[in-house]
Amino acid sequence: MEFLTIKETAKSIKNKKISINELSEIFIKRINQNLDLNAYIYFNEDNIHQQLSVHKNQDNLLNGIPLAIKDLFCTKSMPTTAASKILKDFKPTYESFVTQKLLNKGSIFLGKTNCDEFAMGSANTTSFFGNVINPLSSKDKPLVPGGSSGGSAAAVAAKLCLGATGTDTGGSIRQPASFCGIVGIKPTYGLCSRWGIVAFSSSLDQAGIFANNVDDSAILLQSIAGYDNQDSTSTDVKIPNYLESINTDMLGKVVGIPEEYNVKGIPEEVSIVWENAIKQLEDGGAKIKRLSLPHTKYALPTYYIIAPAEASSNLARYDGVKYGFRSENINSLDEMYEMTRREGFGKEVKRRVLIGTYVLSAGYYDAYYLKAQKVRKLITNDFMNAFKECDFILTPTAPSAAFPIGEKEDDPIKMYLNDVFTVPASLAGIPGISIPFGKSKEGLPLGVQILSKHFDEQTIFNAASYLEKNNA
Amino acid sequence: MPNLIKGKNNDWEIVIGLEIHAQVKSNSKLFSSSPTKFGSEPNSQVSLVDAAMPGMLPVLNEYCIKQAVKTGLGLNANINSYSVFDRKNYFYADLPQGYQISQYKYPIVGKGKVTIDFKDGSSKDIRIVRLHLEQDAGKSMHDQNPTKTYVDLNRSGVALMEIVSEPDLRSAEEAALYITKIRTILMYLDTCDGNMQEGSLRADVNISVREPGEDYGTRCEIKNLNSIKFIKQAIEYESKRQIQLIEEGGLIEQNTLLFNTQTGKTKPMRSKEEAHDYRYFPDPDLLPLELENIFIENIKNEIPELPDKRKKRYINNLQLSSYDASVLTAEKEVSDYFDLVLETHKELKVSAKLVANWITSELFSILKKNEISINNSPISADYLGQLVLLITTDKISGKIAKDVFEEMFNNKNSPNEIVEKKGLIQVSDTKEIEIIIDEILNNNKEKVSAYKSGKTKLLGFFVGQSMKLSQGKANPKILNELLLKKLS
Repeated sequence: MEFLTIKETAKSIKNKKISINELSEIFIKRINQNLDLNAYIYFNEDNIHQQLSVHKNQDNLLNGIPLAIKDLFCTKSMPTTAASKILKDFKPTYESFVTQKLLNKGSIFLGKTNCDEFAMGSANTTSFFGNVINPLSSKDKPLVPGGSSGGSAAAVAAKLCLGATGTDTGGSIRQPASFCGIVGIKPTYGLCSRWGIVAFSSSLDQAGIFANNVDDSAILLQSIAGYDNQDSTSTDVKIPNYLESINTDMLGKVVGIPEEYNVKGIPEEVSIVWENAIKQLEDGGAKIKRLSLPHTKYALPTYYIIAPAEASSNLARYDGVKYGFRSENINSLDEMYEMTRREGFGKEVKRRVLIGTYVLSAGYYDAYYLKAQKVRKLITNDFMNAFKECDFILTPTAPSAAFPIGEKEDDPIKMYLNDVFTVPASLAGIPGISIPFGKSKEGLPLGVQILSKHFDEQTIFNAASYLEKNNA
Repeated sequence: MPNLIKGKNNDWEIVIGLEIHAQVKSNSKLFSSSPTKFGSEPNSQVSLVDAAMPGMLPVLNEYCIKQAVKTGLGLNANINSYSVFDRKNYFYADLPQGYQISQYKYPIVGKGKVTIDFKDGSSKDIRIVRLHLEQDAGKSMHDQNPTKTYVDLNRSGVALMEIVSEPDLRSAEEAALYITKIRTILMYLDTCDGNMQEGSLRADVNISVREPGEDYGTRCEIKNLNSIKFIKQAIEYESKRQIQLIEEGGLIEQNTLLFNTQTGKTKPMRSKEEAHDYRYFPDPDLLPLELENIFIENIKNEIPELPDKRKKRYINNLQLSSYDASVLTAEKEVSDYFDLVLETHKELKVSAKLVANWITSELFSILKKNEISINNSPISADYLGQLVLLITTDKISGKIAKDVFEEMFNNKNSPNEIVEKKGLIQVSDTKEIEIIIDEILNNNKEKVSAYKSGKTKLLGFFVGQSMKLSQGKANPKILNELLLKKLS
């Protein structure tokens, strides 16, 4: 057996066709055979065996299921680095709310996955622990897995786990899911607790899921969602049983197609996949509504003001005083800050901290940060208005398929454009999923993105499941 | 009457505004559940949030909000139903997050006012600009090791209220009265313990000078003063420094100063190039705070009688002088004690002045001598009332009462018990007193003749001797009357 889906594997475990130990060994072997992908920052067989030795069976679908955890989630039994030198030896004494929920369900953590440093990147090339290779690459031309949750996406795509957690601030789950040909969902801001997740941009960060299929992503999201009184931005909403509630009947559903996502210069292959998905939904009886999200073009600049601003403040705590890396070349307190942060942070993190510091500075705050907040509101209103006319919105996930490692590295703006389709939903706080729906000319996967109203993840799962089943 | 300082050529007016940092009285911190006890082992009251561990998030402590609202109401201020917590960004070793969570644009409390009272009975309103909540930083300890600095995070995250006044104060004296009044109000409200030695109440002083009638001068801010004495000293020094500098043709530079308590001088804390840009922005980990009307109304009902109201009651209902009323109400414990005496012994209401005197003179001095607070006074309010009653009903003289008082303090006995046991009841029986007088006059015949021939000053001698013979128990009024009669 290949053990490709959580649903099937759970059945095998329950029927004792395979033991949890045997299952884990299969995945340990696969990881060992694919170390060159660099998907995991932390992978330690002893740690897994330790988990197995104390494992208590739970009566649910995640019992014994091997998962991978993005190295932004603080974990008690494994180090947590945020893929940064500044936290390279950091061992939390606490377990993040989301990972604790998964542990409570009896799942096994295979390790901590690689990502962009502090989740800042779109190609997983900013990690202190080196870039991740997209498992779909050909030998001679290594491709990026997308970012920032590139390690999680690669691990799921390469079957190095049955599912993985990710975080999505501006597209960090959806874009790598598209690049690696898997399912990735970023739920509504506030659905999953941020407690214990290393912060990048507090008002945008949201935990989410990578899986091989829509059903598995529903199972996993169900497990990590829920109110947490330790996170003031967590929302207390009733969470439906996503999996059991999936209804793929698209008859009469109205699909919003935003004209602004038809951006100039987008490769034809991306448009074709989008059109195919539209057609597929039409065939299922859905109505297509061409609509406008007029402030879309401001989303990227807005995002690249708000996210760095928050990051510049969130990353101030990495100062060498209390934990993490401290430079040895220091003679004063000021030098300790300067040298620790100079040596401890990578180039992209420094760039964003500088941008963020700049936009919050006296004399610039109103022109940048305040204005960006206003535009953010307009972007949110665009979506709210759109959802008066449609049930969900369908767009491409990313403007291209996975690109070769090293490309766009010299031009941050080009790199930032990766997030052009994912950032608006992040700013609005609405949920979005990326599912694979077609291939590029080179045979690389391309995803489509489905967006819905706040806390209406069910609609997303319904449409995604329909497209998954009807993917020609 | 304006408080002016004489300069070389003209008079100067000092303009002062205070930013008072008052630690909120609460069991746990503003955004975490760590305890706030003072004087604990370093770093023993630090949660993951207080230490700014990765991924930790602040959660607002509702009790601290209540305390801030209560304080706002006590300062006659507007409560803002919408307020926002902002991040004030700067690096320091005892600031683990790299930012302080504070309130910048939208504070929880808006404009208010307090009244300060002068000794001469006059008073002045001081306007309050705002009160906002913020978290305290930790403490850097530079004296533990010759080459290292240690950091204690026990205080990190403790809730502070910053109370900002308008520049309405015009002298060191007014500033001292103002902070004293704020302290009194906070202690009546039980929202701050008012302990300045432990740093529960500190102030930054903004100070400038001007010629009367002119615009405000450039101000300097003296940081972190933790006693009223230092506040006064710092203002005296700094105002003189500014006046001298201007008179010598110099210009005041806006600056942040530190006051050296050893030398009594102020000096700049940092140079201009080091001036901070705090990059305030709303903390994205916290939602804006919205208070419902009912929440504020409920707190209104919890507000106790405050010093100003109490003082008025003492003046109007008990006929106390403004000065006595001020002294009694300056500390809630004292005026609570006073109220309790009158409540236990309602008949003393007409003798309130006497009760007040006994508290502010005898009781204060013996408590002070023994370093006991009035809450732990060995003499209960009930017993003090009994003692005063013995005086007002002529059972004992004021002089004997002082001895009884001391006995009460030392042995915690009731005054009635002491008076009875020692037979100290005042003698008002004229016959008994006459016998004593006769004995004294008989034994001092020469002095009696001298008196009759004009040396009337000797009356005091006869009174003293008779009183002595009665062991102080003779009713002085009757004794006097009888003596005069017998000597005439």
